[in-house]
Amino acid sequence: MLSRAAESIYWMNRYIERAENYARFMDVNLSLIIDLPKNLTEQWQPLVRITGDDALFESLYDAYSRETVVEFLTFNRNNPNSIMSCLIQARENARTVREIISSEMWHQINELFLSVKDTTMIEHGNLSDLYRDIKNGAHLFNGIMDSTLMHNESYHFANLGRLIERADKTARIIDMKYFYLLPRVEDVGTAIDFLQWSALLKSTSAYEVYRKKYGRMDFRNILELLIFDREFPRAIHFSLLEADRSLHAISGSPVGAFGNAAEKEMGKTIARLSFNDIHDVVKYGLHEYLDDFQVRLNCLGEGIFHSFFNQRQ
Amino acid sequence: MKDLLKSYQSDGFFDEVFLPSGEVRPAYRSFINDLLGTRTDELKAKQQAAEKTYLARGITFNVYSEGEGVERTMPFDLLPRIISADEWSVIDRGLVQRVRALDAFLDDVYGKKRIIKDKIVPRDIIESSSGYLKACDGVHPPKNRWVNISGIDLIRHSDGRYYVLEDNCRVPSGVSYVLENREIMKRVFPRVFDRTHVRPVNDYPLRLLEMLEFLADVDKPNVVVLTPGIYNSAYFEHSFLAQQMGVELVEGKDLVIDNGFCCMRTTRGLKRVDVIYRRVDDECLDPLVFRPDSLLGVPGLFDVYRKGRVVLANAPGTGVADDKVICSFVPDIIKYYLDEEPVLPNVPTYLCARPKDRAYIIENIAQMVVKESCQSGGYGMLMGPASTKEEREAFIGKINKDPRNYIAQPVMALSRVPTLVGEGLKGRHVDLRPFVLFGKDPQVLTGGLTRVALRQGSLVVNSSQGGGSKDTWVLSSTDGSVDHA
Repeated sequence: MLSRAAESIYWMNRYIERAENYARFMDVNLSLIIDLPKNLTEQWQPLVRITGDDALFESLYDAYSRETVVEFLTFNRNNPNSIMSCLIQARENARTVREIISSEMWHQINELFLSVKDTTMIEHGNLSDLYRDIKNGAHLFNGIMDSTLMHNESYHFANLGRLIERADKTARIIDMKYFYLLPRVEDVGTAIDFLQWSALLKSTSAYEVYRKKYGRMDFRNILELLIFDREFPRAIHFSLLEADRSLHAISGSPVGAFGNAAEKEMGKTIARLSFNDIHDVVKYGLHEYLDDFQVRLNCLGEGIFHSFFNQRQ
Repeated sequence: MKDLLKSYQSDGFFDEVFLPSGEVRPAYRSFINDLLGTRTDELKAKQQAAEKTYLARGITFNVYSEGEGVERTMPFDLLPRIISADEWSVIDRGLVQRVRALDAFLDDVYGKKRIIKDKIVPRDIIESSSGYLKACDGVHPPKNRWVNISGIDLIRHSDGRYYVLEDNCRVPSGVSYVLENREIMKRVFPRVFDRTHVRPVNDYPLRLLEMLEFLADVDKPNVVVLTPGIYNSAYFEHSFLAQQMGVELVEGKDLVIDNGFCCMRTTRGLKRVDVIYRRVDDECLDPLVFRPDSLLGVPGLFDVYRKGRVVLANAPGTGVADDKVICSFVPDIIKYYLDEEPVLPNVPTYLCARPKDRAYIIENIAQMVVKESCQSGGYGMLMGPASTKEEREAFIGKINKDPRNYIAQPVMALSRVPTLVGEGLKGRHVDLRPFVLFGKDPQVLTGGLTRVALRQGSLVVNSSQGGGSKDTWVLSSTDGSVDHA
C-alpha cells in the first residue's frame, strides 16, 4: 500500500486510542478525587504530568485546578493531545484514507467527532457522560474496523498504531503513582494508598481483572498485571506481543527474527519484557524502568517511520 | 402537500413541472401523484433527514478563500428534476457530437492545425488562451483521446430548448453528488422508484475505470486518482471515485519518477503507475514544465507522459477547448470536423475581443452576464442586473484592459423547478451538468448534476456561490410509467 496511506492509518488509530485512554483516565480520576478525604489538597497536577504536556499547560494556565485540567485535557485545541485535538487528528487522517478504510469506519469517526465538537460543558454530571460516549465511540470504532476492514496490510498498520499507543498510555498511567504524593510516609498501605492504586487499575480497565486474578491489593501484583501479563489486553507486554504479530504480518518475516529496523527495535523491547519480572522493576526503580521503556518506544516509532513511511530511495 | 402545490406559482418562467395551463407535465405525473399523498411535515422531516445524512457521511466540499478545513455540505433539495426519454435522447446526441468535435479540435490544435490554416478559428484566439499549453504541441496522448472526462453545462431557456452555457474539459467535478444524491433519494422515496422507471447512475465508477484502463496499453494497468489533497474543495469526490473504482488515491508527493517511469511510494518500495486520473490542474502537474512553485504535482511527470509511458486523463492542454471565447466557436468547430449541424445550440456569446461586440457589451452591461474566459465555479463574473454601478465600471475597466479575457452573454431565463424553501414550495432556477466519458466512444451518464440557485430570483447556481443540488432523473420512457405488458 501507499506509504502515506499506511502512515495515516497508523496515526488515525493512535489518536483514537489516545482519546479513549484519556477519556477513561479522566473519568476515573474525577471520581477518585470526590472520594478522597476532604482535608487533602486535591492533586490535579499528576494528571497533566503523566501526559508530558505540563510545560504547555503552565504556559496556558495560572494554576492546576479541576476546571483548568479538565479544559486542557479534554477541550483545549491548543493542546495537541487533548481529546478534542486527538479526534480532530484522527478524523483528518481518516479523511486522507477514506477510500482505503471502510465507509462504516469513516462514518463512525466522523460522527464521534461531530458529537464532541460542540461540547464545552464543564459540569461534572455531563462530563462523565461525555467521557463514556467517547470511550464507547472509540470501542465501537475498533469493533467496526475489526469486522469491516480487510485483515491485510492496512489492518495491520492500524493495529500496530493502536497497540503501540496503548502500551505507551498504560506505562504513563502506571507512572501516575510516582507523581501522586502521599500525605505522609505512614500512609503507605492506608485507605488513601488503596484508593490511588484502585484508580490506577480502573484507569486501565484492570480493576475487575485484578480482583479475579489476585484478590488482595498488592502493588507488586498490580505492576505484574499491568506490565508483564501476556493475556490482559491493556498490559504493556500483551500490547507489544500483538503489535509484533502485525509488524511481522506486514513484512512477512517470521516472529523472533528481524528484517528491518522496526522489527529489530520491537524484538529488543519485547525480549526485555519477556525476561524481566517485578523484582527487576523494583531493583531498577519503577519510574526509571518506565522512563527507559518510553525511550525504547520512541526508537520503535522511528524504526517504523524509516522502515515503511519514509524509505530512502 | 396539496395546498402547497395548489398555491405554487410559475411566475411566467419556464417551469419544469407545470405546463403554462397548470397541468403537470407527463414526466412528472407519477412523482407528483405520490407527493400528493405525502404530508408537508413528513416531507420536511425527510428533507432534514437527508441533510443530516450528508453531514454524517462527510459529503462535504471546502470553500476556497475561507481558510483551511472549512467544510460545508451542499444544500440538497428533495424534489427531483425529471427528464423524459425523448428530451434526453436529444441531449445525449448533442453531447456525444459536441465532445467528439472538441476532442478532434484538440488533436488538431496541438497537431496539424488545419482549423487555423482554414481560418475557422483565429490563431491568436487559440494561442492567447490561458488553457493553451505550448508544451503540448506535437504530443500524442494515448489512443489520441484528449477529453476523457467532461461536464457540459446546459440550461433550459424560456423557449423550452436546452442551450450549452459552457464546456468543462479540464477537471470537471460534481459527479459524486449525482451518485450520492440518488442513494439518498432511494432511501427517502423508495416506493416512487418502484413505480417510475428511472435510469440508473451507479454504473459510472465502473465505466470510468473501464475507460481509464482502455487508455493504457498494458494488461491490468495500475490506475490511480491524483488529488491535490484534503484541502481541495472537491476532495470528497476524489476519494469517493477512488474508493468506488477500487484504486489508490495519491497525492503528488506519493509519486516519483524512477528510471523513466512514474512510480508510487509504497510500504514495499516503488510500484509503477500506468494511468493517472488527475484532479490536479494542468499548471500544477509538473514544476519542471509548468508552474515551478507548485508542490501538487510530480517533477518530471510531463516528460514521462510525452514519451507515452504514463496516461494522464484528461490530457494536459484541454483547457483551450473550454475557454469561453473558444466556446463561441464550437458550432463552427462541430461543422468543420463532423460536417453536422449542432444538435445543442450555444447560449449567444459576445466577445470583448471583437470591437463591435465590445461596444455592444459596454452599452448593455446592466442586462448581461460578463465572464472571464478561463474561470469557472462562478468566480470572476458579473451579473449585470444584480450589480452596482461601481461593480459595472470596474468590469468595464477590466474589459478594456484585457478584452481577450472576457465574454458576455444575455441573461438567460433559466427554467425553474419547485423547491422546498422555508415553509413553502417556490420556483427556483436550475441548470444541468451531464457528464461524458470518452475512451473508445463517448458515453453520457444517464443523469447529471442539477444545480439550483436557492436564493429567490438568483441565477447563479454554483455551489461556491450558495447553490444547492437536486437529484436528476432520466426516464426510460416518456412518462416513466412501468410497462406491465
